[in-house]
Parts: sequence; C-alpha cells; structure tokens
Amino acid sequence: MEETVEYAQATGLLGGVWLLVAIPLLSAAILLLLGRRADRWGHWLGVAAIGAAFVLGLSFFFQLRGLENKSVELSLWDFIAVGDLRVDFGLLFDPLAAVFVLLITGVGFLIHLYAVEYMAHDAGRRRFFAYFNLFVAAMLLLVLGNNYVMLYFGWEGVGLASYLLISFWTDRPSAATAGKKAFLMNRVGDAGLAIGIFIMFATLGTTQYDEVFNGVGALTGTTVLVLGLLLLLGAAGKSGQFPLQAWLPDAMEGPTPVSALIHAATMVTAGVYLIARSNPIFSANSTLQLVVVSVGALTLLIGCIIGAAKDDIKRVLAWSTVSQIGYMFLGVGLGGGAYALAIVHLLAHGFFKANMFLGAGSVMHGMKDQVDIRRFGGLSKHMKITWLTFMMGWLAIIGMFPFSGFFSKEPIIVAAFEREDWTAWLFGGAALLGAGLTAFYMTRLFVLTFHGPQRWTEDIEHPHESPKLMTIPLILLAVGSVGAGFLLSTSVPDWLTATAGLGGEHGEHEAVLSHAVITVLSLLVTVLGAGLAWFLFRAGTATAPQPAGVLVTAARRNLYTDAVNEAVFEKPGIFLTRALVYLDNRGIDGLVNGLAAAVGGGSGRLRRMQTGFVRSYATSILAGALLVMVAFLAVQAGWLA
Amino acid sequence: MTELKLPSIDYAALSPILIMLGTALLGVLVEALVPRRWRHVVQLTLALLAVLAALTMVVLNSDERIITAGQALAIDGPTLFLQGAILVLAAMALLLIGDRSVERGGAFVAQAAVTAESADDRRQAEGRNGLTEVYPLTTFAIGGMLIFVAANDLLTMFIALEVFSLPLYLLCALARRRRLLSQEAAMKYFLLGAYASAFFLFGVALIYGFTAGMPGRPAGVDFATIHAAVSESPASQVLLFAGMALLAIGLLFKAAAAPFHVWTPDVYQGAPTPVTGFMAACTKVAAFGALLRVFHVAFTDANWDFTPVLGAVAVLTMLIGAVLAVTQTDIKRLLAYSSIANAGYLLVGVLAPSRDGLAGTMFYLVAYGFSVLAAFAVVTLVRDADGEATHLSRWAGLGRRSPFFAALFTFILLAFAGIPLTSGFMSKFAVFGPALENGQTWLVIAGVLTSMVLAFPYLRVVVMMWLSEPGESTPTVTVPGGLTSAALMIGVLATLVLGIAPAPLLDLATGAAEFVR
Repeated sequence: MEETVEYAQATGLLGGVWLLVAIPLLSAAILLLLGRRADRWGHWLGVAAIGAAFVLGLSFFFQLRGLENKSVELSLWDFIAVGDLRVDFGLLFDPLAAVFVLLITGVGFLIHLYAVEYMAHDAGRRRFFAYFNLFVAAMLLLVLGNNYVMLYFGWEGVGLASYLLISFWTDRPSAATAGKKAFLMNRVGDAGLAIGIFIMFATLGTTQYDEVFNGVGALTGTTVLVLGLLLLLGAAGKSGQFPLQAWLPDAMEGPTPVSALIHAATMVTAGVYLIARSNPIFSANSTLQLVVVSVGALTLLIGCIIGAAKDDIKRVLAWSTVSQIGYMFLGVGLGGGAYALAIVHLLAHGFFKANMFLGAGSVMHGMKDQVDIRRFGGLSKHMKITWLTFMMGWLAIIGMFPFSGFFSKEPIIVAAFEREDWTAWLFGGAALLGAGLTAFYMTRLFVLTFHGPQRWTEDIEHPHESPKLMTIPLILLAVGSVGAGFLLSTSVPDWLTATAGLGGEHGEHEAVLSHAVITVLSLLVTVLGAGLAWFLFRAGTATAPQPAGVLVTAARRNLYTDAVNEAVFEKPGIFLTRALVYLDNRGIDGLVNGLAAAVGGGSGRLRRMQTGFVRSYATSILAGALLVMVAFLAVQAGWLA
Repeated sequence: MTELKLPSIDYAALSPILIMLGTALLGVLVEALVPRRWRHVVQLTLALLAVLAALTMVVLNSDERIITAGQALAIDGPTLFLQGAILVLAAMALLLIGDRSVERGGAFVAQAAVTAESADDRRQAEGRNGLTEVYPLTTFAIGGMLIFVAANDLLTMFIALEVFSLPLYLLCALARRRRLLSQEAAMKYFLLGAYASAFFLFGVALIYGFTAGMPGRPAGVDFATIHAAVSESPASQVLLFAGMALLAIGLLFKAAAAPFHVWTPDVYQGAPTPVTGFMAACTKVAAFGALLRVFHVAFTDANWDFTPVLGAVAVLTMLIGAVLAVTQTDIKRLLAYSSIANAGYLLVGVLAPSRDGLAGTMFYLVAYGFSVLAAFAVVTLVRDADGEATHLSRWAGLGRRSPFFAALFTFILLAFAGIPLTSGFMSKFAVFGPALENGQTWLVIAGVLTSMVLAFPYLRVVVMMWLSEPGESTPTVTVPGGLTSAALMIGVLATLVLGIAPAPLLDLATGAAEFVR
C-alpha cells in the first residue's frame, strides 16, 4: 500500500487528451451561441462531437496500452496560483480514467444517436443537444482531472447539466420541482465534497491526486476518517445513495435519453468513480470502508424493495439504478481487488441500464408517453426489437448466466462473503437477498410490460415499433448487455491494476462459503425471484391501485424516506428558516437598515454640500488644501506617523 | 556669452507625442481648408490614424528606457505602458466622439456661440452637424496627456497639464443639448482647474527653493535633482513638505480625489457624454500616471512619510464617492461619484510602494478605463426626443424594453461592483494585494467596506432595469451605429477578458513597472 504514486508526463498522441473535453464543450458552445440558426443541423453536430470524442478516446486507450507507466498526466496551465494554493489545470489519463472515457463517449454516442429521433418533434432539440454535449464535456472533465479541484469542476458541471436537463420541459411543474429537488439534494453532497477538498488543502497543502495519495499515510486516523466521510457524502449525493437517494427517481421527469445517459449510465456513477479514485484514502481506514459497505448494502436493499412496489416504468428502472449502484458501493467499500469488480459492474451496468432506459423510451414512444406498467401488457407482439433488446437487459440485470450481470454482480457477492468476521454473513446475505429481489421486480416489470393481456388505455389502437435511429442503438446496447460482462470481467481487473492503488490482491480472506456454493445460491435466488414474479404477474394486474399490506404500502411511499426527509430536514429546516427570517427581520435587518439609513441620511446631508456654486467649491478645495498642507507639515515635524 | 548647447533629443522615443501634436495642428488646418461636409470624415480618420500610428510607435519603442530632451521627458516602462493605455482608451473615446448615428449630427453643438435656450439654439439642436473642432481639441488633449505621463521635471509636467486641460475645458462646453448645463460645467471646470493649477505651480516654486544650495548641484525641478535634494539639501524640510503637499493637491484635483473632487459630478453631468467618458478614462490614467511618477521617482527618499496623509485622502475619497453615489438620481452623476470612489481605490495602489503596487495601479487604470467608457457608451444610447434620458427613474424597466443593452450595462455595473470574473474584481485584487503586503491594512479595510456601500447604487440600477415594469416614460435604446457599437463591445469584452484572463496584462504591467530616474 505504501508505494508512491507517480504519474508520467503525457507525450505524443496522448498530449491531445484535452481534446476529449474541448470537443464536446466547443460543440455545446456553438449550439448555444448560434441559437435558432443551428436548429436544422445542430443535433448532428452534437452527435458528431461525441462520436469524435469516442474515436479519440479509443485511440488514446490503445496508445496507453503500450506504455510502461500507464498513468500519464498533462498539465495545461496553472489554474489557481494564490499564495500557497496552487491548483494545476491538468488532466490525468490512466486505466481508470480510460474505461470511464470509453463508457461515457461510447454509451453517450449511442444515446445521442437515439435522441436525434426521440427528440425529433421537440422544438427545443438543439438546446437539448447543447446541454447534452455540455454534460458529456463536464463528465469527461470529472474523470480526466488530475486533482480534486478539477474533479469538483466537472462534478458541478454535470450537476448543472443534470439540472438543466431534468427540468428541460420547463412547462411541466413536476419537471421543475424534480430539477429543484435534484439540485438541492446534490448540494448537500457537493458541500461535503467541497469541505473534503478544503480539509485536503488544510492538512496536505495540495489537491493533486498523486500528492494527496502519497501524503495520506502521514495523516491521523481521525483526519482520514473525516475526510473519507465527507467524500462519501459527496459520492452519495451524486450517486443517489442512502441517505441522499430520493432525488434520483424524481429525476426521471427529464426526457428519457437523459435518464438513460445521466441518471443511469454515467453521472450517477461519479460517486463510484470518486471512491475508486480516492481508494488510497478509503483503504487507509477500515472504519471508513465499513461505512461505505454499509451504505452500499443498505441502499441496494432499499432500491430493490421500493422498486418492487412502483408502477412507473422509468421509476422502477430508477430505483433499480439506485440498487445497482449500491452493489458498486459495496464493491468499492470492500476494498482490495473488489474495487475492480465494482468498476466492472459499473461498466456492465452502463450498457444494460442504458439499454433498458432506451427500451422504456421506445415503449413510451409507441404508447403515447404512457409510463404506467399496469397500462401496458402484450407489447412483445408489437415491438419485437424493443422486446428482444429489453429482454437482454432484463436477463443481464438479474444476473442470469451467461449475461453480463452474472459476470459482474456475482463476484461482488462472493467478495462480500469474503470478510473476516460475522459481517461476511451480513453483507453477503444482503447482496444475495438483493439479487433475489432484483430478479423479482425486474421480472415483474418485464412481464407486465411485454407479456400478459393488453391493458392499454382506450386511445391506443396499434402501438408501433420505433424508427431505425432508435432501434439501432438499442440493438448495439443489447449486444453489450449480452457479451460485455464476460469480456469485461476477464480483462478489466488486470487492466485496472495499473491504476494507483487499485492493484490489491483479490480475496485476502477465505470466503465463509465456498465460491461454488455462492454461485449456485445466487443463481437459485435469481431463478426463484424471477419465477415468483412470472407466476404472479403472467396474467396481468389490476389497472387501479390495490389495497396493500404494510410492507408494500411502505415501499410505495419510498419506505417513508421522503417522510423522514420531511420530518428530519424539511420541517426543522422550515422552522429554522422562519426563525432566521424573524431574527433577520427584527435584528439584522434592523441593523442593516439602520446602517443603510445612516448611509442614506449621510449621503443626503453630504449632498447638500454639493451646492453647484463655484465659490463654495473653491472654498472647500481651499479648506481641503489647508488641511493637507497642515497634515504634511505635521508629518514633517514628526507629529504624525 | 556662453555657447548654447542643444540637448540631445531622441525623436523616435518621442514620436507618439509628436504624432499627436502634429495631427492636432494638421486638424486645425483641416478646419480651415477642407470643405465643411468632408471635415467630419477627414478629421475623424485623421485622429484615429494618428492614435493608431502613435500606438504603433509606443509598441515599437517598448524596450526604450531613456531620459531625453534635456532631462525633460522620461521614456521608460511606466511611461510606455500608460501612453499605450491612454492611446487605446482615447481610440475608444474617439469612436464615441465621432458617432453621428445615435444623435443626428453627433453629440456636439453645431454653433456654440448662440445664446443657450434661444430659438437659434433649438434650431441647431435639431440635427445640424456638430462642430468638427472637437477633433483637434481631443488630439491636443491626448498629446498633452502623453507628455504628462512622461514628464521628468515639474515644469514640463505643468505645461503638459495645461496642454491637456485647456482643450478639455472647451470640450466640456460643446454639448448639443442642455447648453446651459454644459457651459456651466465648462466654466466651473475651467475656474477650479486654474485654481488647482495655481496650487501646483506654487508647489513647484517651493520645491525649487528647497533644491537650492546643494553643494555641487544647481537648483532645479527635474526629478533627479529633487531626489538628490531630499537627502542632501541643507534647506528646511518645511519647504519640501509644503511643496509636496501643494503638488499633490494639484494632481489630486485632476484625479478627482476628495476633497478636491467637487467639480467632478457637475462637469461629468454637463459635458457631452463622449467627452465625459474620455475624461473618466484618459484623464484618470494621466493624472495617476503623474502621481505615480512624482511619488515613486522624486520623493521616494522622503520615506513615504506622507503615506498616512494620502491614505486619509484615499479613505475620504472612497467614502465620499461611495456614500454620495447612494442618493444620486442621475446616471451620469452616479458614474461621476463612482469614478471618485475609484480614484480612492487607485490611491491605495499608489501608496503601495512596491513593484506589484505600481503594476496593480496601472492594471487598474486600464481595466477601469475600458469599463467606464463602455458605461458611458450605453448612457449615450438611452434617449428620448430631448436627448439622453439620464434620470434614473427613466431607466426603470429598461431590461424589458432592451434586454441586450440592459444586460451589457448590468455586466459593466457588476464589474464596477467588483464581482469576480469581471475586470473590476481583478483590478481591486491587484491594488489591495500589494497594499496588504506593504502593511496598509487599514486602507484595504476601508476599500472593502466602501465597495460594499458602493455596490448598493449599482445594484439599485440593476434592480430598476430588470425588476421594474417599464413605464410610459421609459425610453428605448437607440440602436447604435458601428462606431459606438465598436467602442461598447471593445469595452465590454475587455472587461470580461481582463476578468477571466488578467495574467497577460498584469505581466505586461509588472514588466513595465520600473521608473528610470
């Protein structure tokens, strides 16, 4: 662990890493600045920019493979240089960043392509693509920065883009509210991250990754704990983890491609990236790791339970995202070799979740924007491609062999069982239970949407399959959902070991159960969950809400987390605000108003000296001159100074 | 009779000055020889070309560090930087002065000699072409300013002061509309300016007396002699300090520092707006350039004992500017008080006797000049049938009527208020930082506090423009022609660029920030 982190200078082709951020940013700027003039071709510019970034990313990736030291740094300019604070505007391209770049630009490109058609009838399509490109640029900056301040820049940038895109349909009050909610909950996390960065600067005097990681060893345990918890708070905010998970499902108010790209495949994984990137900090304190694991385990269960009770297709997917990121947190919290497993799951998830979101968008496209799964049914006959591709995603997410989820999720479950004490049972059990629940609610979603009797609303006569531009990305992503898992799980962990600190040995402890048993168990719970759901929902479901027991009611109400938020944060917050307003009105305003009145009054009085008569001006100049003269002479005589 | 020795003169180093003065003379000839309808174009082109040529020469001379013309002029880093600044800002001001699209016939009176408010006066206001004598007057003023910042002895400095002041007095009187106000402003400016010049001249006399009697050195008012005299002269120090005080008064008058600021609001309000912008930007550069030179070159060995006094003047200036800005109801007067407060901030920079302080002050001058010219450019645009609508109540709801120009003006006001990412923030940072390093904490505290007070009037205008409903009397903004647009956009862009990437100009200023003696 105590090895020093060293980054090489970027040379040759890799000197152009900055282009990855610059191209989408430039495209966004062009789209925003040209305004309506770019309406006709703007979306293609947006797509082309991301395509170019993907091709560049790919070539950088191959370049990087041939290098000895697989972490190259490119220092662009001194970003902030005030006193001791030196922040480099620099980029870092290493294996971890490289896989993120490929995920963001690759999946991003497909989703951009899809959005061309999906947003075809929207008057704001150009604006949409501008924000979309802005998002990609910010996300790439986030993963490419070589210090925490750059990361924070990208962090806030994706936050802004996410806010703009969630409330993209500004005429819908719910969209505006959801945007606000996302914004506020993210702020809580962002504040944590910001304070964490301040602490880093205060204790280590730097925010550069290499210097921070090399300096962590010298910090006290408490400092590392506090620092790690603050980073975790930031990560939880961005990734929709407990206790900051509530905004993510509401964020589905944005257009579906947004949900697919930002709130499923990329931005929400920023928290996982942050923890994986900061692994030297997290590995330095076992309490910290325990907290991360707990957050992950708790969130993955919360996500599953709520997901099982929701009827809105996008919200179910959203809660499943929350749950799957819980798995990733579990992985990064376990430390050592599990970091890489979490990243593999992240990549695989990027494919199959984007696939399913786009599939959901395709369904909505054909069903006049209906999102209620109780109002679907029997769509497999009408939307063959969507059905088949969605099936791939479904099989992948529930972890069915040999789809990608199996290869990415199962190792995390195994790793959870590999802890040294009784927590192995706790976290392993949670992960296993989560697998069963995932199988249940995802099967419910799949069956209710595509199979069983038709329960459509009256205005839909013949749902149609989506046009080619939408189905081609679906097919490509489905291929990824099938194959990516195996490929990734065999190659990525080795590749990632070149990243600073990610080279830990896999399996430091013996698992409490043998590997084979865990594999069989996890497949078993998956089949059980899926079979149960198939059995319960093959004949459809009622189209109206049904009375339900305690657990389902609780799940429908998001396990009362909103109520808790309301009681714990909102109510006291409102009270605090009122109290502050009172104090402000009575106390501070009084003071400020008093001061203002004094200034205003003084101003009014002084104004009268400005009489407009030259003679009085001359007198005041003379008086001033005498004063200055006397003062100078006083200085000379040594009376002053 | 002793043989007369001609001083060696480096004509190349002096060429910017010579170009401007030569063009001014040429301009007078143009007035006499060129037919009336061509004069405007010819004069404007001539003036702009001259400014460009002079600027080119300044750039070509940028490595020059000499004292020439018999110790009268010093061409060194600060001189060249400030000359460059004056020329760039003057070019922008000339664009505003030359504009005839906003007001028919331009902002200047067609016939200055008719009785104000008479029927003849009303006729001239209705679109007859303005006087073209403004161009030679402006070029003379620019030439004077170029000499002023280069002057290496007090007499040259005094001559330069008069060379640029006299044309300004005249220019102030040439507003097309509100002739009485304009003439009154010019009269006041002239009387008080002459008054302040007398102080300056008296100071020169006292200093001359102080330098007399040094062993082996003749008396004189060139800076090298004064510098030597401060430590060597047997004369009474009372002479030195009294002389210094009187000199300072003369210069602080031009810089519009309290309590010598009294003319500023009246003159800024009465003068034609392009001239007001010219004065606010270029006169400020010239006055502070001279202040810097006097204190950094001639009196450095007086141990900066005078700092507390000038510091008090700075604080008073900021206070008066900020507090009085609060109750102004006329946009031009508001900008005048803001310019007074800015003189206070600039003085903070002058009082930081380090290279950084000098560089910061010079940076401030340039940044402020761009912003203030842009501000006055917007003022020329907001008008109704009676000319510019300068009363603040008329600006209510302007954001609704003309969002683009209201947004530009908002940006400039935010820059004045010192919001980050504008040049206003960077320039305050550039003068307050060195002041802190040199132990002038109290000045910085006063500066920050008054900035807060000053933010109020700026934001009040912003609120009025955007949050008030446009009333019956809200004028629309005239869409400006190319000249004013160019000046406006240059000013706004410079304000933005210097706020985001100030490093190149700061580096340039730091590189130039060394006087020769």
